[in-house]
Amino acid sequence: MLNRRMLIAAAGVALSCLAAIPAAAQETIKIGLILPMTGPFASTGRQVSAGAKTFMVMKGDTVAGKKIELVIRDDAGTADQTRRIAQELVVNDGAKVLAGFGLTPLAMAVAPVATQAKIPSVVMAAGTASITKASEYITRTSGTLPQYSLPVGTWAAANKIKKVVTLVSDYGPGIDAEKWFTKEFKAKGGEIVEAVRVPLANPDFAPFLQRVRDAKPDAVFVFLPSGAGSLFMKQFADRGLADAGIKLIATGDVTDDDILNSMGKPAIGTITGHFYATAHDSPENKAYVAAFKKANADMRPNFMSVGGFDGMALIYAALEKTKGDVTGPAFMAAVKGLSWTSPRGPVSIDPETRDIIQNIYMREVKDVNGELQNVEFQTFKDLKDPEKADAK
Amino acid sequence: MLTILFDGIAYGMLLFILACGLTVTLGLMNFINLAHGAFAMAGGYVTVVMMNRYGISFYWCLPAAFIVSALIGLVLERTLYQWLYQAPHLDQVLFSIGIVFMAIAATDYFMGGQQQLINLPPELSGRMDVFGVGVGRYRLFTIIVCAALALALQLILSKTRFGSRLRAAVDDRRVAMGLGINVPLVFALTFAFGSGLAGLGGAMGAEILGLDPNFPLKFMIYFLIVVSVGGTSTVSGPFLAALLLGIADVAGKYYVPAIGPFVIYALMIVMLIVRPNGLFSRGGR
Repeated sequence: MLNRRMLIAAAGVALSCLAAIPAAAQETIKIGLILPMTGPFASTGRQVSAGAKTFMVMKGDTVAGKKIELVIRDDAGTADQTRRIAQELVVNDGAKVLAGFGLTPLAMAVAPVATQAKIPSVVMAAGTASITKASEYITRTSGTLPQYSLPVGTWAAANKIKKVVTLVSDYGPGIDAEKWFTKEFKAKGGEIVEAVRVPLANPDFAPFLQRVRDAKPDAVFVFLPSGAGSLFMKQFADRGLADAGIKLIATGDVTDDDILNSMGKPAIGTITGHFYATAHDSPENKAYVAAFKKANADMRPNFMSVGGFDGMALIYAALEKTKGDVTGPAFMAAVKGLSWTSPRGPVSIDPETRDIIQNIYMREVKDVNGELQNVEFQTFKDLKDPEKADAK
Repeated sequence: MLTILFDGIAYGMLLFILACGLTVTLGLMNFINLAHGAFAMAGGYVTVVMMNRYGISFYWCLPAAFIVSALIGLVLERTLYQWLYQAPHLDQVLFSIGIVFMAIAATDYFMGGQQQLINLPPELSGRMDVFGVGVGRYRLFTIIVCAALALALQLILSKTRFGSRLRAAVDDRRVAMGLGINVPLVFALTFAFGSGLAGLGGAMGAEILGLDPNFPLKFMIYFLIVVSVGGTSTVSGPFLAALLLGIADVAGKYYVPAIGPFVIYALMIVMLIVRPNGLFSRGGR
């Protein structure tokens, strides 16, 4: 009899324990991560999601007493899908925060949803300056093209480069890059010999490169999305532009760490400006790279991944500040002025524009222990996005 | 000036090698095979895997790319394509575009979505100066291989027994069968051959055009332009068309970069107005 009673009591205790677990777990905050996981921009999606997951592996999945759950959805890089998925995540799945957004049009498509539903949205990749103006509820943890094109102009003018040909992809980010590099470089006394815009779907760079060669500049400034960038790099070397004394300077997209190693020798010596390099020398970054490689089968983290990682860092920090309050206005108030040490160095969120303030590094591609790396040699500290600073 | 011409010829040759397989299937077999680019992509990935994972020489990769793509073509022809020879063209289009999407998804799954790069042997990279004309070594190699291929293809189709059997099988399937020609075999071999050519083109193009899972969609338009301008009933037509388009594209982008990308389409429209059936058409078919 006694035994039976004890059994019942034990069962009761066990049951109440079981009941207690879901009660705690109900405090789950869902974060909808919308990324191009397939299609031409799949590498962006892979890197961002891997970065975000690495953060959760390193820092755990609870913050301010709430459990964080990532819901990753694929929009294949098309804006109408991004918007539909955003609506579904908010309305059906009860996502409290949206994040991801691989490309400018995708982030723009979500802006109205974020505004209407008052859902905080964290841009982890897309880089056109104007995105954060589209909604009060958008903040960004990647960077903007003006932010990292401008210092390349500063550097070029200070380093005996007088004549430059710019060569960019003919779409939003490319035009941003061209505009801000040119503006800074001219202001510092440089001359732009020619501005070439390459169609986004361009199979062969031969004619454009020949044009650059014939213009005989000191350097060519390049922005291309990372896949096309690698092809460009090979043809640049093949055409003997380096031998003709033309330097290659670019935004970091061209020497994307994800594929830099497979570019081989032609990439060596390229000077780029960007906010993150796998080889960035800091204890935070060493820990990040090690954790990332462990969690993602030896993949090499690039700037996209650190955008994803810091996106999660921002969400965690904001939740800690609001003590778990995830409603739009409270969350966005917490986001403004946040600062933390990222694998890329110190970063903070501009209270006025909700855009990221960060260091921009000048780097040179070098062979480091048999692997190609972007090695940083100069730092421009705490840069704001110049486009929005200029508009004021 | 001459450098631009040279680059244009090399680019045109590359277009030809990619598209000539399509001429064979689309023109000679009268089958609308939009999945042609998928075979080219297969050849490209064979090269990438062999070179980057196993360190096999680029020269061995080219025949391997041909053979693997040809085998894939043969298997698909026997299992899927052969049922659609008599089907309306719309069915063929839908079927082959479906194959394209499946190929893209499969490649993405197995190889990842990133751009694939190969490192050519040193003797093929860089460029040399020949009488003041900058000649890219790899582009020269492309021109030589493609020219040899065009010649061989023309000879096979016009001079060999197999060529005449194929032409007979296309023109009148029933009569050809009545004459004792094994039409299904001829078609299967031809299809495999066309796919193999695509694979070779993909392997050679990986260096210049790049390679990612969207290759078949990205270049489909170029294949179709070459074949439609060149006409589908000969090999020399698409050959000339590819050269012309390659040169026009490169020169257009060099001299008038602002409208450069449009030159190739403008040229296509003009050509199709002047000669709606292609450069060398066999009557008004």
